[in-house]
Amino acid sequence: MADIPDITIEVSNLVKTYGSLTAVNHLSFTVKRGEIVGLLGPNGAGKSTTMRILTGFLPATSGSVRICGLPVASHPEATKRHVGYMPENNPLPDDMRVSEYLWFRGRLKEMPRAKLRSRIDEVLELCDLKRNRHRILGRLSKGNKQRVGIAEAILAEPAVIIMDEPTIGLDPHQIIIVRNLIASLRGRMSVIISSHILPEIEETCDRVLIINGGRIVAQGSPADLRQEIFGHTTYRLELAGDTSNLGADLLAIDPTMKVSNLTEPGPDGFLAATLMTEATSDLGEKLLLNLPQRGYRIRSLGHIQPSLEDVFLAATRRSWDARLPDKKPETQGDSRAPLPKV
Amino acid sequence: MRHYFTILAHEVRTLLYNPGTYIASVLFLLVMGFVFTGILDDYSRAPQETAPAVRFFQVFWIPVLFMVPLLTMKSFAEERRMGTLETLLTTPVSTAEVVFGKFSAAYLFYVVLWGATLGFHYILQVYARDVRYLDSGPLIGGYLFIAVSGLLFVAVGILASALTRSQAVAGILSFTFLLGLIGGLSYISELGTLRQEILSPVRTALEGLRIPGHVDDFTHGIVDTRQVFFYLTGCILALIFSILGVEAKILNS
Repeated sequence: MADIPDITIEVSNLVKTYGSLTAVNHLSFTVKRGEIVGLLGPNGAGKSTTMRILTGFLPATSGSVRICGLPVASHPEATKRHVGYMPENNPLPDDMRVSEYLWFRGRLKEMPRAKLRSRIDEVLELCDLKRNRHRILGRLSKGNKQRVGIAEAILAEPAVIIMDEPTIGLDPHQIIIVRNLIASLRGRMSVIISSHILPEIEETCDRVLIINGGRIVAQGSPADLRQEIFGHTTYRLELAGDTSNLGADLLAIDPTMKVSNLTEPGPDGFLAATLMTEATSDLGEKLLLNLPQRGYRIRSLGHIQPSLEDVFLAATRRSWDARLPDKKPETQGDSRAPLPKV
Repeated sequence: MRHYFTILAHEVRTLLYNPGTYIASVLFLLVMGFVFTGILDDYSRAPQETAPAVRFFQVFWIPVLFMVPLLTMKSFAEERRMGTLETLLTTPVSTAEVVFGKFSAAYLFYVVLWGATLGFHYILQVYARDVRYLDSGPLIGGYLFIAVSGLLFVAVGILASALTRSQAVAGILSFTFLLGLIGGLSYISELGTLRQEILSPVRTALEGLRIPGHVDDFTHGIVDTRQVFFYLTGCILALIFSILGVEAKILNS
């Protein structure tokens, strides 16, 4: 696939309204070749609508979407060739067999017969469906159905894969399989996935876009997001000693460090302190060296990482409380549009 | 149109796997069998002026009213309800290809089922041991009528299915459309108010659209190009509206 440009998805100023509801509100982002991007957002944030517009299924109200350099609006058939799509809930015809379904889909995606046969074997192997190839789709378990959906999405080796909630309703084993499957696409295909399961996104995605009310409220790698949203690092320390002067002692170590929480000393004299600092460098060693010199006994030191869940909650709350100052909204339409049935 | 045959093959397969198809076929052959024996019964009692085939095709509307809805109601309504329409339309196929593919499959079945009634005439000829009973003129005309009018009827059924997500609504809708088309048009053309002089052009036009009148023409060997044109344009129009219907439902979703 030499003709695939470096930037596979280019969304600029995308708007989609349903009557008076604004589902997607001036959304802009790009996805590079081989990148795995996670789309996060509460229900009704516009994730599925955005994905449907990317696939060319729904027309946008305004703005432009380019897939592999081609605008979706004016070249729908050309861009659809570059996209593998798995919708929410992964609808499959109940009365077909797995291999028959893949054959039908492959033919629709204009794969030559000779190539399709070997490619079906390949994706069945990749998705661990070999044993199920002759089973009827309606009788498969949810996890297997989900894997058929993924197999179908990657069947024609598209440059862009869009999956709406690929791990919904799966058990932990199947989630790991699906996660590995998605990770195996890294570098070859651009993948956009949406999910509610945040550790999933954190494990698999190179970049996260947090969407709320139809616009991006935060984006970056999970680590960047933590820094951006929280702006501080938290340490948890268990120490014994006279803590009346702890605040001043900490300031001597790092001028921005302060004690945010201090528990009562236990029977053994140790208490837990939660420290917050705006310093970006790791202060662990400094704390371990300096505090004993000042008469404290330290039992443990931990670095508390806010989970992506905290980041997500903080980012969406921030966008609900007050719109981001640098992205002042122009319209105040009710952005929590219900996802339409088609 | 490179996906047309892929979709057609898929649709024929879906029809073959759908119990509704078999219900429709059995019901159809049963009803037509009874109709045919009823006609033969009449002929055995008293001599008649027309050939049995002419009488046979006059009741074409009975199977059309229930068979066409049964064959077509699933086509779009079910796909929309299941959500597979979304996966279908995100591949490089156009809505027109999907509509034509589904239409062709249903039409093919319609024609094949009618073709099966050829057996009635064959059996009659074998048992009567008289070649005259296989009256080829009205048979050819009648089956030609079935093939040409079927274009419109099946397209109307597809249109009804494209307008809704519920199979039941699609079925009732296409039944209503067909009833209006076959019964309604001929009822209006016979209304007394149309007998006034000033309305005579309207009456002429409406009489031309009387579908039961067409079947008489065809079985008597008259193939009127106006009638063929009516079915062809009606079919194309219904299919265009189906394409628009499918796309409009997505736009306004």
